[in-house]
Amino acid sequence: MARTLITVPSTARRDEVIEIRVLIQHPMETGYRRSSEGEMMARNLIRRFTCRFEEDGKAGNGVPVFSAMLYAAVSANPFLTFHARATASGAFVFSWDGDNGFSQSERTGIEVT
Amino acid sequence: MQSRRTFVKAGVGIAVSVLVQPSAVLAQSDSLAAVVREYAGTALLREGRVKINIAPLVDNGNSVPIEVTVESPMTVADHVVGIALFNEKNPQRDVAQFTLGPHAGRARVATRIRLATTQKLVAVAKMSDGTCWTHAVDVLVTLAACIEE
Repeated sequence: MARTLITVPSTARRDEVIEIRVLIQHPMETGYRRSSEGEMMARNLIRRFTCRFEEDGKAGNGVPVFSAMLYAAVSANPFLTFHARATASGAFVFSWDGDNGFSQSERTGIEVT
Repeated sequence: MQSRRTFVKAGVGIAVSVLVQPSAVLAQSDSLAAVVREYAGTALLREGRVKINIAPLVDNGNSVPIEVTVESPMTVADHVVGIALFNEKNPQRDVAQFTLGPHAGRARVATRIRLATTQKLVAVAKMSDGTCWTHAVDVLVTLAACIEE
């Protein structure tokens, strides 16, 4: 499991726009570099990041908040800042998918008053 | 004989033409224009509403903080659908593509990117009404992101 750093306020007022910051530990190897032995280093990227919001007591997969397609030009340990409107208490679900079957999900709850 | 007056006037004229030219002459390279066009589809590309915030002088191209903001109320009726970021001289034109919606609340996205050399960056914002807006910036990179190591 890659280490992640997720910043979401634990509480928010209804309809407040909150800032979300996510970082995941990942080399984001571009596939354009050579190793010290002179061999091309295989591409290893996180291709996709998504953030969904699951409202408490509601079934289903939640609503999409934000998603990103990442390419080789994104730095190692991809860091993203985006925003979300706090509509109800629930949880944000973050997932990263990439090369070599990389897949990771994290969730962070929020209380909306 | 050419008087000093006409000589000075001519000089000013040349200086002005040099200053004015860059935006027209340093037009985007073909492949960059092509990917921007592909993302925008058939929509007309207009300048404005979207803004790239990045340091004009970059010390380390391996990790360059960049922020893209779009003027939009982000309501169900009127919001930003997507933001794409392209570069001119990295091995690949794509940097990142973001998908937003009314739940995002504010059209502001920030990340860190790699820049292989001094080049142009273009952001394209797609709105829910189908319009597309762009902003281009030039950044100077002193230490490039390594393509080879």
